[in-house]
Amino acid sequence: MEIFGIPAQALYGQLALGLVNGAFYALLSLGLAIIFGLLNLINFAHGAQYMLGAYVAWMLLSYLGIGFWGALVVAPLVVAVLGMALERGLLRYLRDVDQIYGLLLTFGVALILEGLVAQSYGWSGMPYANPLPGSVDLGFMRMPMYRLVAIAISLVVCLAVWIAIERTKLGAYLRAASEDADMVQAFGVNIPRLIMLTYGFGVGLAGLAGVVAAPVYQVSPAMGSNLIIVVFAVVVIGGMGSIAGSVIAGFGLGLIEGLTKVFYPAASTTVIFFIMILILIFRPSGLFGSTR
Amino acid sequence: MTSSTSLSASRGERRITRRRRLVELGLFAAIVLALMLASQMMNPFVVMKIMCFAMFALALNLLMGFTGIVSFGHAMFFGGGAYMGGYAIKAFGWPLEAGILLAAAVAALLGLGTGVLAVRRHGIYTAMVTLAFAQMLLFLAIQAPFTGGEDGLQSIPRGYFLGLLDTRSEFQLFLTTLILFVAVFLIVFRTVHSPFGQTLKAIRENEARAISLGYHTNRYKLAAFVLSAALSGAAGAMKAVVFELASLTDVSWHTSGEVVLMNLVGGIGTMLGPIAGAAIIIGIQEFLSGIEDWILVINGVIFVVVVIAFRRGVVGEAIGSLARREGR
Amino acid sequence: MTADTAMLSVRDLHAWYGESHVLHGMTLHVGRGEVVTLLGRNGAGKSTTMRAIMGLMKKRSGSITYEERETITLPPHRIARMGIAYCPEHRGIFSRLDVQENLELPPVIGADPLTLDRVQAMFPRLVERRHSPGTKLSGGEQQMLAIARILRTGARFLLLDEPTEGLAPIIVKQLGEIIASLRTIGFTILLVEQNFRFASGFADRHYVVEHGRVVDEIAAGDLAAGSERIRAYLGV
Repeated sequence: MEIFGIPAQALYGQLALGLVNGAFYALLSLGLAIIFGLLNLINFAHGAQYMLGAYVAWMLLSYLGIGFWGALVVAPLVVAVLGMALERGLLRYLRDVDQIYGLLLTFGVALILEGLVAQSYGWSGMPYANPLPGSVDLGFMRMPMYRLVAIAISLVVCLAVWIAIERTKLGAYLRAASEDADMVQAFGVNIPRLIMLTYGFGVGLAGLAGVVAAPVYQVSPAMGSNLIIVVFAVVVIGGMGSIAGSVIAGFGLGLIEGLTKVFYPAASTTVIFFIMILILIFRPSGLFGSTR
Repeated sequence: MTSSTSLSASRGERRITRRRRLVELGLFAAIVLALMLASQMMNPFVVMKIMCFAMFALALNLLMGFTGIVSFGHAMFFGGGAYMGGYAIKAFGWPLEAGILLAAAVAALLGLGTGVLAVRRHGIYTAMVTLAFAQMLLFLAIQAPFTGGEDGLQSIPRGYFLGLLDTRSEFQLFLTTLILFVAVFLIVFRTVHSPFGQTLKAIRENEARAISLGYHTNRYKLAAFVLSAALSGAAGAMKAVVFELASLTDVSWHTSGEVVLMNLVGGIGTMLGPIAGAAIIIGIQEFLSGIEDWILVINGVIFVVVVIAFRRGVVGEAIGSLARREGR
Repeated sequence: MTADTAMLSVRDLHAWYGESHVLHGMTLHVGRGEVVTLLGRNGAGKSTTMRAIMGLMKKRSGSITYEERETITLPPHRIARMGIAYCPEHRGIFSRLDVQENLELPPVIGADPLTLDRVQAMFPRLVERRHSPGTKLSGGEQQMLAIARILRTGARFLLLDEPTEGLAPIIVKQLGEIIASLRTIGFTILLVEQNFRFASGFADRHYVVEHGRVVDEIAAGDLAAGSERIRAYLGV
């Protein structure tokens, strides 16, 4: 069977790959959106923290024999704790200066993390064993089991985070504080702690994405910095700070990228940036962004 | 957080007097002398590298320091200029100055396209948008047939500069770089102190007020963006000739970050800060050239330290302490 | 009211917005169960005083004691947890929360809070509109919501910053009744008001604020004599 002159299997295959990429875009831009909403910070270290998640998973497996499912819990926690220490130790002191300094500081942190990991493990990638080999027959195509699970994990986590933010008390604090943190603090909520936890949670999501990514891609020091800039474009397209926008744009752009790979492979690395340009021209605040 | 707390330079800078301009020019002359001396005492290519990056940093500072626009993608102009100039010189056999002019022109066009979209957003948005644009250019450079892919555009020939200086000679290559460096400095200096530059500063301090005074601030910001891009392109082309190479590194986000770091270390919004910053960062890299993996870590640490403790940079702190002493 | 029996005592309070010095030695006292107003022109420093009491002014000095405990160094959430609640001039209703969420947002911080049912009984309109986004309410409804949500926290001391601003006379009248009833059930209230006639209905005392300090104090009983002075201060 062919669709627009493309074998259906190839099309489905690329769409599936696109969804896998989209799963990571969504997880990463979701974390960025949560952090941006409350801290007004573009967390440049997000890519490095994603990379760190993958390395922690790799280390857990290599040194302690803790497998993928264990790492899926432990590694994000490790990344979150390190993130909270960063917030507590450094980012906190930038709250009253121009937001650009937060970007610069986290840029520096990204360089440090990337350099340290490269120093310890080298620049070349290391494989992480696929915890779920084999494939599933979806009726119209066969899909590697693990990739299906990766998409599912991302979807479930994104949905759970969305529900937690929209439907729980803590989520209400987060939404309210993103609008007016002083007011919420005047009600007796410990905003400095909420900020620390929120940053930890956001980068924990990046760490989680890193663990999920480890079996799909190689574990390498540069895996995060290459990805994060694309994710920034995804965030600009989705609308800064919009939770739903980041998830929808993440998966959607992953799919579009997959399609581009089928129909015009040369543009597959740049298509998201082209879309970003169109968005900047026609809807500068992003698809789901408010003008602020 | 008010707009006046943005990347504004020290307050003393605003009260800059005629005398202080002369001091700046005098210090710059001393720097030129020091560079000439240094080229005799150490590897002249290091000095030339410092000058190329100082030009690049000066160009960015026009935007970051004097207009308040933070570009995190300036490597696209620098690297774009390096490829363009290098290619024109290598493939078409153009003379050096023509290659540099072409690089500046192409970078200016690129800056126009990027700037139109970037100046519509503010602060960190601009930073993200410019970063994304630069990454797009990086991907295009990887694919484009003439860039040489991972290897880069190699063995760019050194020819005559203005028909006078034969850049195959190390000394004359140095002189050529120095002439361009002085030219770029004077262009930035002149721009900053012109009525146009004063308007840019007014926009930096308080854009809303500039708008209410009837300025089309976006046009001014765009003009600054284009000029900054053009100068960055020229710096990139010069760098390509000095090292006979234009590579993907020149377009990468690492380079964009590095030039921001140079400004930050030297002092955002000061005339001499970018030069000091370029010298410091390149100096550290040369000093550590045996252990290159650490450069990333060291750059990162410098970012963190400067942002936390030292936001005015070396030159900014110096001006600040001088101003305090005068005030007493 | 003397300093030693006061529930809240502010002494020689200074506060700054960046470089600009806005409070110049504010001193005032509020006794348990009192309703006290701060009168004064725009920019006199009334709202800043409230923000400083709440700990929301980053740069402040002097002394603020609440139930004999010094709060000048405490962050806002610690001050709030001592039993002080704040309703700002801009009302602070969150647009991303619906009315019910806005109402239930502030954590309970004191013993013996008003129950949600009781608060809703005082403000029936909020029940009708409980699923609307907070900022889709009318100005009067937003003001009601802003007051309602701090009543169910158990705070005993309320800082109300110009609750009547921009509201229709009928709503202002309702607000007056609500504040008077809050007083009868034991709340202590510090109120910023430009509408002197509104405040005179239920306030025990009035402080007149000018240039960041208290320049006069008028007891409710002295009103006849005082209104002449107040008119001079407010320039009305």
